[in-house]
Amino acid sequence: MKALQVSRSVSKLGMARIASAISPATATRVGPLDYTTVDEPELPGPGWHRVKTRLAGICGSDLSLVEGHASLYFEDWVSFPFVPGHEVVGELDDGTRVILEPVLGHEARGFAPPFAGAAPGDGDDYGHLATGHLEPGIQTGFCCSTGGGWAPEFVAHESQLHRIGQQPGTDMPDERAVLVEPFAGGIHAALLAAPVVAARQDPSRPAIVAVLGAGTMGLAAVAGLRRYVPDVHIIVGARYPQQRAFAMAYGADTVVGPDGLQRAVRRAAGCHMVGDHLSSGAHVTIDAVGTSGTVTDCLRITRPRGRVVLLGMPADVTLDLTGLWHRETELKGAYTYGTETLPDGRTCRTFDLAIETANDLQAERLLSATYPLSDHIDAIAHAATAGRRGAVKVAFDMRKEVH
Amino acid sequence: MPRPGFVLNVDRSTPPTLFWHGEGFRLEKLPADRSRVIYAPEPHDAIDDIDGAIRASLLNPIDMDPLPTLLFPGMKLTIAFDDVSLPLPKMRRPDLRQRIIEQVLTMAADAGVDDVELLAALALHRRMHEFELRHALGDRVYDAFEPRGLLKQHDAEDPDNLAFLGTTDLGEEIEINKRAAESDLLVYVNINLVAMDGGWKSTAVGLASYRSLRHHHNPTTMEASHSFMDQHASELHKSTWRMGKVMREHGPKIFQIETTLNTDIYPQPFEFLAKREWEWTAKDRALYLGTAKSVAKAPPRMARKIFQNMEAPHQMTSIQSGEVEAVHKITTQNVYDQQLVEVEGQTDILTMGIPYICPYNVHSIMNPILVMCTGLGYFFNLYRGKPLVREGGVVILTHPTTNEFNPVHHPSYIDFFEEVLADTTDPHVMSQKWEKQYAEDEWYKHLYRTSNAYHGVHPFYMWYWGSHAMKYTGKVIIVGGDAATVRKLGFTPASTMNDALEIASDTVGRHPTITHIKTPPLMIADVK
Repeated sequence: MKALQVSRSVSKLGMARIASAISPATATRVGPLDYTTVDEPELPGPGWHRVKTRLAGICGSDLSLVEGHASLYFEDWVSFPFVPGHEVVGELDDGTRVILEPVLGHEARGFAPPFAGAAPGDGDDYGHLATGHLEPGIQTGFCCSTGGGWAPEFVAHESQLHRIGQQPGTDMPDERAVLVEPFAGGIHAALLAAPVVAARQDPSRPAIVAVLGAGTMGLAAVAGLRRYVPDVHIIVGARYPQQRAFAMAYGADTVVGPDGLQRAVRRAAGCHMVGDHLSSGAHVTIDAVGTSGTVTDCLRITRPRGRVVLLGMPADVTLDLTGLWHRETELKGAYTYGTETLPDGRTCRTFDLAIETANDLQAERLLSATYPLSDHIDAIAHAATAGRRGAVKVAFDMRKEVH
Repeated sequence: MPRPGFVLNVDRSTPPTLFWHGEGFRLEKLPADRSRVIYAPEPHDAIDDIDGAIRASLLNPIDMDPLPTLLFPGMKLTIAFDDVSLPLPKMRRPDLRQRIIEQVLTMAADAGVDDVELLAALALHRRMHEFELRHALGDRVYDAFEPRGLLKQHDAEDPDNLAFLGTTDLGEEIEINKRAAESDLLVYVNINLVAMDGGWKSTAVGLASYRSLRHHHNPTTMEASHSFMDQHASELHKSTWRMGKVMREHGPKIFQIETTLNTDIYPQPFEFLAKREWEWTAKDRALYLGTAKSVAKAPPRMARKIFQNMEAPHQMTSIQSGEVEAVHKITTQNVYDQQLVEVEGQTDILTMGIPYICPYNVHSIMNPILVMCTGLGYFFNLYRGKPLVREGGVVILTHPTTNEFNPVHHPSYIDFFEEVLADTTDPHVMSQKWEKQYAEDEWYKHLYRTSNAYHGVHPFYMWYWGSHAMKYTGKVIIVGGDAATVRKLGFTPASTMNDALEIASDTVGRHPTITHIKTPPLMIADVK
């Protein structure tokens, strides 16, 4: 079958990195991603299914990889060549539509789960991700054993599948379903704010949570904050008009341009600006971009002993951590999803919250464009420049692909 | 003999009219046979012996004893003076404040007064920089007072240095600078640029706190002031008069010194800006072209510096001292004598070129809030009788109106623009919903008290200043402004004057009358 595949090629990664300065399309052409013929992956064992891809989103981490900016950290956690694509809605052989929870967790890899009922992303030992009967791979879309969503077909373990429409309130169109995975990521980041919000010194006033960046993940975080974290005043720094409109619609209290975020947080906190830093600031800041500049900005606007949640994959960044040290700021990663404990004490799967949220917000409104796999250069270029082109999410549409 | 003001009826032979456009200019051809241009009176002659006139005034005050007789050993003397917002542009050295204060200090020294403090009457304006204080007071005064802590700038947020004097019959609270309030004599040194300035406004406003100022700096009062240049039709002035009455009863003895300037504001090589266009010589045209092209090509920062460094040759035309109200009556008449222009009837469209400067951006940036304030707060109010534009008419401003602010001078303006104007442009709504938060913001207070920042509430006051115009006019258009910024102000952007007139036709019809008020120099239209 024809699929998009990433090969391990240091030279291609280097060329992509250089070319990305010119344009995303050029980076795609010269980089490690090829539109090529690949074999359908074998079913690794019992409990595995063939999934025909219907829609597969293009994520920021995918773009980072294609443009050669991904961290060397992943060298030992992925296996080449792999087919990317982890934001997927697909179809099983019996016609059931499924949403993929892409983490290749304990069960998928033949290990006992860390606790009964654990989600694929749970656990505090990632050894299983690089061992077991599958090649290394943190998720579907980074593992050569399973394939990924940027192909007409891949394999997925039962533990990764959420069947659409089998539970009340879970039916949804493909265009909505493809947004569930990024929504789960954003909601997970939002819930990482909850403990700090609950522990704030002055519970009579809402906690300030700033969200820097309003792409799909940032917007999902805003939605998650508004729905699942009570007593928050949400301030969003969004660059583009459509992002600002969605941020407001998803429940932000204040939406400003990125340059205005620090002032907006200061106004809400009623604090001073001392040099580059606020004297107080947001209780929690969620960085949905992940560059040196945005992490630095987050550290500047987060109050002493507050938390910075890194939702956007940061890769190599250069930071002056003196402020973090002095202000005892907590830097918290927000990679994925699993089992969440809500502020009211209930536990549930992030994906269930994401399905609920995507349905309530009609998340398909964020899906701006779809492309066939063969137009991957245009698709990736569109995704890489989504904001300034008025788009939010771009996806591959394989519903008409010949399987 | 200077020529009086003049109203030109535009015909086909009329050359294009010069409009200020921030740190630049536009030449606009206004429609013939239905447009007119109001030119300010030419500058009156300045007094030849200024120092002599100052001395004579101090020795022969109005309704008060001569200043030397009010001075005695052991007394507490405070000399307050207008801040950097006056005059515009700054005058060539020596500044009038220096000349007057030096003579007052000499008389105080002769009388054996040794408790003297100088006080800049900032109200909620920014603190003056050292170079600005030196310019206003002269190096000798500055060096004698500042190092000893005797040159102060009024701090409206220092509770320990404010004195509550009482309330008016309408419940308006009067709280002013404690040192001034407790002085045996408060000498106030004023430069009266427009008919709005001076009188009780000098002390009851210039030395007041937010608690006091909020009683008249609010949308209701501003909206009911028709105009600020016509004191008896101004609720703002009536409020300060009521406060003045309380100050007279419970405040310090005040020796008011008021001066007027002529309108000779353009130094070489910019004199052509004061000329009527049809009187431009070939040299004037060349100077215009050279200046216009130079500033257009210069980086904005450099263009700003060129204009902000301009020192005007304007000079004193009168000085009167003594009792506040008696003095101010004469001062106001002197301002009118220089600035009044008789204008017959109102117009459908009023145009105005907004220059690079207003009272609140000296050595700073004319930000969008100040563009609004200069146009709708100041220039719109340059009338007596009736507004130049008819009710429901259109006001057209020309200014680049960029989204640019000076973060040191105008920190709360940036937030006001981003936060408040995003929510509302209605002065009443913002006053209820937002003013308190900005007025009490600790960071703004800190910057006002220790840096060179306008008070947190100041952008609100600037917005209120235009309340009457906003309510009265049917549409406001800004020509040549940044479109997004203009829209955020609640106005309509237009790329050219012709576009603006086309847009205005929706409001005032296809053949409206147009009046351009060609200011600066300052003038007051006496609309019949």
